Parts: sequence; C-alpha cells; structure tokens
Amino acid sequence: MPQITLTVNGTPQKLDVPANALLVDVLRDTLALTGTHIGCDTSQCGACTVHIDGRSAKSCTVLAVQADGAQITTIEGLQSGATLHPMQEAFRNHHGLQCGFCTPGMIMAAVALVADKPDIDEAGVRHGLEGNLCRCTGYQNIVAAVLDGARAMQTSKAGG
Amino acid sequence: MGIQAFDYVRPTDLAEARKAYEATGDARYIAGGQTLLPVMKQRLAQPAAVIDLGGIAGLSGIRVEGNALIVGAMTRHADVAASADVRRLIPALAHLAGLIGDPQVRNRGTMGGSLANNDPSADYPAAVLGLGATVLTDSRSITADDFFDGLFATTLEEGEIIRAISFPVPERAAYEKFPHPASRFALVGVMVSKGAGVRVAATGAGQAGVFRVSEMEAALAKDFSAKAIEGLSVSPDDMIADMHAPGAYRAQLVGVLARRAVAALQ
Repeated sequence: MPQITLTVNGTPQKLDVPANALLVDVLRDTLALTGTHIGCDTSQCGACTVHIDGRSAKSCTVLAVQADGAQITTIEGLQSGATLHPMQEAFRNHHGLQCGFCTPGMIMAAVALVADKPDIDEAGVRHGLEGNLCRCTGYQNIVAAVLDGARAMQTSKAGG
Repeated sequence: MGIQAFDYVRPTDLAEARKAYEATGDARYIAGGQTLLPVMKQRLAQPAAVIDLGGIAGLSGIRVEGNALIVGAMTRHADVAASADVRRLIPALAHLAGLIGDPQVRNRGTMGGSLANNDPSADYPAAVLGLGATVLTDSRSITADDFFDGLFATTLEEGEIIRAISFPVPERAAYEKFPHPASRFALVGVMVSKGAGVRVAATGAGQAGVFRVSEMEAALAKDFSAKAIEGLSVSPDDMIADMHAPGAYRAQLVGVLARRAVAALQ
C-alpha cells in the first residue's frame, strides 16, 4: 500500500492509503474530518471542495496518492480557536445556507475565490461558484455572504 | 461508487513513465485526473495500472521561445488563464482556458490531459487546431492537423506522452463559445486566428470531433470580415445531434460563433 504524507489543517500526517482511495475518503474515513461532504461523487456539485496547496479542488476527483506532499485545508481548518473565519461568519450572518449540505464546499470555494480576487463583484462571485451546486437553490444569500465575507477578509487582513 | 483497484506508479522522468507503461499490458497515464477519475468511477475505464505524470519535473509551466508560446503538458487550465505571457501574446487562449469547467476543475485539469483525451466537446482541441499549434511528445512533434483522429482518438501511439504544446503567436485570434449551461462543455466553440494564414476550428459540433471550416477560412483569407462568411455554414448531417441540441442547431451555432469571433477581431 502506498505511503503518503499530507499536511492537513497544519498537522503532518503519514498515511498508508490504497492507491484507489479518493482524497475525500481519506479525509472523512481515515482522519474523521467529516465536514467535507460527498454530494454527487461525480465532480459536479462541489460539496467536497477542499484546498490543495491553497487552491480549491474537488476532493472526490483527486486520488489521495496524487496529493502526496501537499498542504490540505478542510472546513475544519478554517477557524482559529473559537473564532470563525470571516467567510464562515459571513455565511452565518447572511444565513447563506438552507439545509447546509453544500455549505462546507461553498465556503471553501469562496475563500479560494476571494483569495485570488479580493475585490470580486457579484458577477464574479456567481461565475466563480459555478462549480458548487445548492440543491435548496439558496444562492441569493450565499452570494450576499461571499461578498460580505470578501470585505471582511480584506479588513481582517489589513487589521491583522 | 469506488474505483477498482490498480497498481500505482509515480515515475520521475518520461523514460521511466514509458517503461512503466510498456511493462503493463493495460495502463493509463493520469495527469490532472478530471476526466480519467470520473470515467474510472463509472467503470468505463478499468486499467490495471495508473501511471501518475505528476512527479515528472519540467512538464508544467509556460515559456516564450521566439515567436512561439510553449505550454507544458501538465500546466493547469487556471495557470494558462492567469499567465501574463499567455494574456499578452495569445489572449484568446487565456480566455478559452478560463471558460473550461469551473474553478476547481481548472485548478486540477491539464492541457496535455485534455488533448490526449480529445473529448469532442472540449475547448483545448479548438485552440490547438485553430491556432495551428504543434504537439510535442516524448518522441516527436505532431502538427495539429495530424493530431486529432476522431472521437476521443488521437494519432498518439500506444504509450506516447505529450510533453508540451507549441503555439505560434498569431496576429489576432478570438474564441467564442456557447457553453452547455450545466456542464460548461462547449455545445459549440469556435476559434478563429489570423497569422501565417486564417484558421477556423470548431469544437463541440462535429461528429468526428474538432474540425476546420475550410470554406470559411478561404473566404476570410480574401476578406477578413464577418460579412465575408455570412451565409456560409456546415452540414447539419455532420454535426452531433443529442438531447442537448439537434445537428441543425449546432450547424447554425458554428456560423454565428465564427462571425462573432471575426467581428471581435475587426
């Protein structure tokens, strides 16, 4: 069985994984990080979005062995201590969710999107979330949350 | 559904990759995996071995060489879209890369992987054929006109690996795409370029995959204007007809998008 090293939410992990294991399965089943959801399992819905070396990716469409050596951030790694990440806070404030299933993927996609383009506008958010589906169709508040979260991320960057 | 078990090999150079391929009767190379992994989940591909090209140094990155832009086969779509060199020299190529799939897919998917797969609705085949690029492999160079060989087929030999793609810098080029609203695949996409000659390549449309629209090329060579190709179209009988659009609709789109691309360049 291949052995890989991942740094997950800042913690180095040495893992023996089957070659055919998907990254999402290793995160959920081996590391018990169940905040990353499996929605469609066909790389369409984006519920499984995590960051691989700072870039958003659908962890249901990445083999764990392909991520060998990478830094992985999941939804569990966003907050610092008891303080939510500004994007998480924005989703809470705007009620950017209905059932909540797509939320971890939405937030991970949004954080990467805003990191790439801090001054993003509404059209940019809608285009940038094309890889994430909300089956409750609650996009209005999600978009509002991402725009507000983008402003908050800039403020917290300037302040911190 | 899980993926069937396979032997995993991660070579560090091209020769080692080729050797690993030849040592196995039934192997597949994996680049970004954005097509191969979904296909393996569906059991449409069940290779005994998967050879990961991700560990080979020098396969990704973009550089300018004389009048050509060289894109490494493992370069991710997002990096093509964001590259200052691509945006300066062939903005149509950066634009096209930014229209593929969604951000997560663009962060993983690679140019070489897309070309080797030659999906009839993929964007990059239109770029390579429409810009008259050359595919550089571990053993030779293949011109775009000789590379594509029908649906999901190329003239790559068994085990041959794409190293890079060399794009001659055109005077002007534009890509117009009508994306399927759910998948973002091209229902039709048309690349028009003017350089050494005029090239018009359409993807998403043809039953045999990406193709050049020679009648339009000839008309544009005489008069490079949208008016010059008004009334020119392709046969609906040669177009893909499926649940998303009938052949006549795609044939119509080839004309509309080609005119838009030319108009954008005038």
